[in-house]
Amino acid sequence: MSSTSSTLAPDSLALLGRQLQRARRNPALLVMTQAMPVMLLLFFGYVFGNSVSLPGGADYRTYLVPGVFVITAAGGLVTGMLQAAGDTQRGVMDRLRTLPVSRAAAPLGQATADVLLFAIGMIPLVAVGYAVGWRIEGGFGPAAGAFGLLLLLRFVTAWIGILVGMKLGSEEAAGQLGSVTFILQLLCNAYVPTAGMPGWLQAVVEWNPLSSFVTACRDLFGNATAGAADAAWVIEHPVVASLGWSVLLLAIFVPLAVRRYARPAEG
Amino acid sequence: MTSSYAVLSEGLEKNFGSGDHRVEALRGLDLAVPEGTIRALLGPNGAGKTTALRILTTLSRPDAGTATVAGHDVIREPAAVRRAIGVTGQDAAVDHDLSGRENLSLFAKLHRLRGAAGRDRADELLDTFGLTDAADRPVRTYSGGMRRRLDLAAGLISRPRVLFLDEPTTGLDPASRNQIWAAVRDLAAEGTTVLLTTQYLEEADQLADDVVLIDHGVAAHTGTPAELKARLGAYAEVVVADESALSAAAVILGPLTGSEPVIDHEARTVGAATTKAELTLPAVVRELDAAGVPILDAGLRRPTLDEAFLSLTGNTTGSRTGSRTAQKEPAA
Repeated sequence: MSSTSSTLAPDSLALLGRQLQRARRNPALLVMTQAMPVMLLLFFGYVFGNSVSLPGGADYRTYLVPGVFVITAAGGLVTGMLQAAGDTQRGVMDRLRTLPVSRAAAPLGQATADVLLFAIGMIPLVAVGYAVGWRIEGGFGPAAGAFGLLLLLRFVTAWIGILVGMKLGSEEAAGQLGSVTFILQLLCNAYVPTAGMPGWLQAVVEWNPLSSFVTACRDLFGNATAGAADAAWVIEHPVVASLGWSVLLLAIFVPLAVRRYARPAEG
Repeated sequence: MTSSYAVLSEGLEKNFGSGDHRVEALRGLDLAVPEGTIRALLGPNGAGKTTALRILTTLSRPDAGTATVAGHDVIREPAAVRRAIGVTGQDAAVDHDLSGRENLSLFAKLHRLRGAAGRDRADELLDTFGLTDAADRPVRTYSGGMRRRLDLAAGLISRPRVLFLDEPTTGLDPASRNQIWAAVRDLAAEGTTVLLTTQYLEEADQLADDVVLIDHGVAAHTGTPAELKARLGAYAEVVVADESALSAAAVILGPLTGSEPVIDHEARTVGAATTKAELTLPAVVRELDAAGVPILDAGLRRPTLDEAFLSLTGNTTGSRTGSRTAQKEPAA
């Protein structure tokens, strides 16, 4: 086994390179993926924006932009799922499995490539954020921390997506499930504050890991607004909670994905 | 456990599902493939061919039995097996978004062929398979035959000692099929051991040194293509001028061939399998003519795979079309 673990880095790099080559060959897909958050930003920002009143009269678009960043990062769930399902469906996963390649290399290469592509895609999105009036108000250090959290969230969600995609094994099914994940975005505090929600719904929304990330990004970018008075611990301590959620989810989903890759289901 | 066998399996068993849905895909499969030979696993959809290949290529674990490939145990030493094998599946398992060259470079890197060594090997294989002109186009623009050739090239990157081909020509046009066959023959001539699955008697006959007839998860018969054909005998078929002559022809053909004739009213044919080596076409024609049966056409030919299965195992394959359709076994 030592001979296979020593190949993890070069194998992952080779498979990471594959994903970047795919993106270069298919730039339309990248543009489409990036158009979606821009649409969300403009749609929520200008159509709903004027009817949402925030505590303390804060600007809605400034409130919204970190939320859209987090939603975009969480899109790793869908890209990971589609990619892994497609590779499983077309037999590419099986071919990789018959190669003398480290068992963690394929999912690790894919997740890392997804983080890199997300980082590139964030550049135009940040520009649009600036154009609608959002600003980094908390200094360079905390802002870098916020971007770090976004990359981490992308990495986490990509692993989850890769596991689910391998299990689904069909691009069609992955596409359908992908559209259902829209509900996860609505059940967090990216678009609206939790203050006006009924108590039970507020609890559900606050314990959605995405809400911790959204709150942490607002804090670190210096866009924070007054939160609900009785917010859950994961909202009161959003940065620690985001890191905690990441560790927990990686501890669950990385071993599951690697195991699933190493030993596919049969029958 | 002698090392002169590239593939050796004993009593391989594999079941899928449970209860009423339990499928016994393999029920004690024994294989012994000498190094440097081409072995064909011949059988219909669902016979267990793909399941056997998945176990031998480390993609699946048997419920019982043992197997070694290139001297390494497939369960205990999968990494060593993977270093020794090349695999080409039913699907062209290449990345459709990448070019042919990018695909081969990727698989070269994953086989530790880096830099110039990998590039040279990719160029060499592109040339061998007539893909040099299309090398820098995305694979999604390739024809089915080109994709299959690229898939085979990808399986050969590492110059494997043992090459596994799962239905390498299913669904291909005759020209592409002949290209694949020629490439497989060249590989075997250079000493590569090839284990392939096929639904086509013709493919097994053309390529294999030995054929294993797989039926319901066991080896029903093993031998050279010539032995298999001799054992299967021949199939006599006559076309009559009018429908009323069908039963008269059947009455003659039955005793001549020693088997129950099959009448096709639509095509106005009567056919019967025979293992009588002494039976000749003139004898068939003479007998029918003497009985006054108006025959338009007559033939004595090798049986199709369907007919062979009927005579060797008593089972039909379930697909009596005989056409080269791109069917797949259920995903394992």
